[in-house]
Formats: sequence, structure tokens, C-alpha cells
Amino acid sequence: MWVLKPGAWMLAVTYLLLIPLTSNAEPVTEGAILSITCNGCHGPDGRSTGAIPAIGGKSADYIEKAMLDFRDDKRPSTVMQRHAKGYSDAQIKLIAEYFASKK
Amino acid sequence: MKKKITRRNFIKVGGVVLSSASLGSALWPISSFGFSSKPRPRVVVVGGGFGGATCAKYIKKFDPNIDVTLIERDAKFVTCPFSNLVLGGLRDINSITHSYDALSSKHDINVVHDEVTDIDTEKRTIKTKGGSSFEYDRAVVSPGIDFLWDKVEGFSEADSESVPHAWKAGKQTTLLKNQLEAMDDGGTVVIVSPPNPFRCPPGPYERASMIAHYLKTNKPKSKILILDAKEKFSKMPLFTQGWDALYPGMIEWVSGTKGGIVSQVDAKNMEVHNEIGDVIKGAVINYIPHQTSGMIARKAGLADEGGWCPVDQKTFESTLHKSIHVIGDSSVAAPLPKSGYAASSEGKMCAAAIVTAINGTEMPNPSYSNTCYSLVGPDYGISVAAVYRLDGAKIIKVEGAGGVSPKDADESFRRAEALYASGWYSSITQDLFG
Repeated sequence: MWVLKPGAWMLAVTYLLLIPLTSNAEPVTEGAILSITCNGCHGPDGRSTGAIPAIGGKSADYIEKAMLDFRDDKRPSTVMQRHAKGYSDAQIKLIAEYFASKK
Repeated sequence: MKKKITRRNFIKVGGVVLSSASLGSALWPISSFGFSSKPRPRVVVVGGGFGGATCAKYIKKFDPNIDVTLIERDAKFVTCPFSNLVLGGLRDINSITHSYDALSSKHDINVVHDEVTDIDTEKRTIKTKGGSSFEYDRAVVSPGIDFLWDKVEGFSEADSESVPHAWKAGKQTTLLKNQLEAMDDGGTVVIVSPPNPFRCPPGPYERASMIAHYLKTNKPKSKILILDAKEKFSKMPLFTQGWDALYPGMIEWVSGTKGGIVSQVDAKNMEVHNEIGDVIKGAVINYIPHQTSGMIARKAGLADEGGWCPVDQKTFESTLHKSIHVIGDSSVAAPLPKSGYAASSEGKMCAAAIVTAINGTEMPNPSYSNTCYSLVGPDYGISVAAVYRLDGAKIIKVEGAGGVSPKDADESFRRAEALYASGWYSSITQDLFG
């Protein structure tokens, strides 16, 4: 909590005026837990810069449909079919929403 | 070189820095104020590989207010993944060498290059060779593997200078590569593959493939003999199919019961003796020894009698000592393999477990995955994948998911997986060091 030593208030207020609020902690949600392991191939926050397609910032609908189609063998792939079969509809939705938020 | 002012230094100098304002500190996040009465929670991570570096980074991602120190012996990290490509001549060692700079400059991790010599699990203190001491609220130990040198006769650690293992990447990789380049055409490269469990189950076979690629191109009369302690190996049907297609007659694999178990390695005479009395001469010998958890984990009393570290399967907290987590190759986490990808996946879940424990919030059910590519040839990739979940107190493979590349895949499929292997490398190393 913000318990400041006496005398520090003035400096603190001065600093508050100078410093932009840059705290960007990511909450430990079920969506994050399911999704961050994907970063190994798709890059940090899903923003791959290499040969594997980036998924960070794509629309949730797009990611959800792609995952469902991989899972149901409607969309051909090399490895994604094998991964998508590991997740339920609800989990796929959470993953889609997580990466859609990484704009 | 100008030293970066860390938050820790800032706290130390306190009011002095504050009263002189300016100093470009306007960019610091609000949490850098040094005068909160509550000390920042401290996490110390031992080992900056796939497990440790990932864990440190994701702790900061989930809670920038936690003080994270990463202690790593080496100034640069050379990845074991893709080190076989260096042997095959597809990659330069520099392209698999990574700096820790972004972890300190971009992610506010206190990176210390020193060797941990002692972990006091009672006093929660970590000491280094350089004489530093670090207190922790939580520690993460991710030291990788160590070798058991006494499992064959006639061999000691010093012999690895002439008979390299190359199972920790770096100098050893370069040494093996130099030996391959120096050998005459027509020689035999002997690979001694260890018994389970060991780091990177498909690794010895990708290595054979990459060495075969080099020999086929440069020394086509040469052979590769794999002496294996096991009866089968990871992605076996795919590897053997690939070898038949790309290197017919070049690679011979001998299983444990057929003479693959090695009893003696004679570095002086460049000979390998197997259990059934054969003596095999190698132009180059790549002896990959039996493995155990990292030395510091065993020294800290984190390993059981089997030599590996038992952990709670949800949090990776040691079951032998509180507040200390063991991740990566050293931990017991089967069915998760001892792979870089699995270690990084464990590092992320461990980070979430630590952050939720420190903040008193709920840890969701962990979810792990593994994706390992192996190159059989430059344009011939194969993979194994799996998704893992916690079922009660055990990690299980999600049924119906995962598996290896299809056996009947065509050339374009193998080519695509070779391409994705390079994409995998680029992404996972950015996830660690970017």
C-alpha cells in the first residue's frame, strides 16, 4: 500500500505530476494461463516476426474460428490440428479473446 | 561503460536522487517510488536458460512490483535447440548465441552473471562464487542437467575435451564441429545415446541427421553409428523413414539389447566398448553421458534419491523445501518432456504460481504445451506436440491432442515443418530474450 514516510509527500506529489502512469501488469487469468504457452511458437504476445503466423491483435472471431476449424479437421495444418484438439470450446474462446487483446 | 541505475540503486540512494529530481527518471513507472514502508517481494531465479529466463520475464509481466534477480553463470546463452544445425553447417554458432541485455534493460530484471555456490533453504539465502549474497521470498532453481561421468569405465570429465558430449551448447558444439571437419572421408562417427530420462529426447537422432547431412555433402564415404541404451526413441518411425530417404545406408542404429549399451569409452584410443564385448573404433566419438539434475539443485537438497527434483505439479514448488521452485530439466514433471519448450512452459506456469502466491490471489488450473521440431534435412522437418493439463495432483497429456507428424506426409509437408522449425526458433528465443 501507499504508506509514505513523513516528509516524502511533497516530493511524491511533484513526482506524480512528472511521471506518466505506466504500470502494465497483466492479470493472471484463465485466459492468460491457457494462452501464454502459445507464445513459444507464435512469439511474445502472439506477435511472431518469423515464419510462424502472428496471432496477437487478430480479431477474436478469426482466432476462434481458426482454432475450431483446426480442431475439427476442417482447416489443414501441420501442427495446429494436434494442438487445437487439446482445448474445449470455452477455452478456445478465452484464448481468442486473450490474443485479440494484444494489439 | 555506463552503469544503468536500477530500482534497487534508486532505493538505496533514496532522497538524494529524489531531491536532485531530473535525471530522466520521469520515465520510471509510479511503482519505482522508494519510500513505501512495505518491502518489495524478492524472487531470485538461478539459471538463465529456457526455464529460468522465461520465468523471470513472466514474473515481471504479471507483477512489475516484484523484485526479480536472475543469476546466470555465463555472459551469453547458447541454445541447445538448433545446435545440431551448427554441426550440420546450416547455422553459425553466433546465430544461436543470445544476450541477456533486454532482460535487464527492457524487463527490469536484475541480471547477475555469477555462479551460485550455495542455497540455504532455511535462511532463504543464495550465495555466489563472486562473494554476493541474495535473500529471497521465493526462489526458482532452473539449472538444467548435469552428467554422471562414472557410468562408463575409463572416462572422466576431462576426456570430454577430446570426446565431446556437446549436450550443453557452446564450446562443446564448436569442438564437435571442428572434429567433424577435421576427420577423413570414410571414417565412422560414433554417437553414444543415453538412457532415459535425458535432456531433449529427439536430440541424438536430429544430431545424427544433421551430421549425416554434413557428411553426405562433404565426406560421403563416412558412416554414423548410433549406440543406444534404449530399445526405441522419440519420433523413431519418422527419423528412420527420413534417413532412408535422405541418407540411405549412412546411419546405423543399434538398440540396447543388440549391443547399444556402452560399458567403456576410451578417449585415448578413440574406442567404445559395448556390453557384449565389441570394440568399436570412432574417427569422432560423441559420447552423451547419463544425466541427472543440475549440481546446485542436488547440493541444495532439492533432488531425491533418483537424482531429480520432485515438485508440486501445479506450482513447481519443491516438495522437499518450501518457497523454492524447481523447473526445467531438473524437475520431475513427466509426462512433460525435458525439452526447452516444456521448460519455458513450466517457467510461465511457475511465474503465475509465484505471483498469485505472493499476492494472495487464486492460481488458475495450469496449462502446458510442448512443440519440438527436429530437422532430418535442411528442407525436411518433423515435429512432436502435446497439450498438458493438471488432473488432481498429476500432470496429464490431454487425450486426443498432440502426437507426431504424419508418417505418410508429402514433401511439401516436411518442407513446411522445416520452415516452421526456424519460425519456432525465432519466436521462442524472442520469448526468452527479446
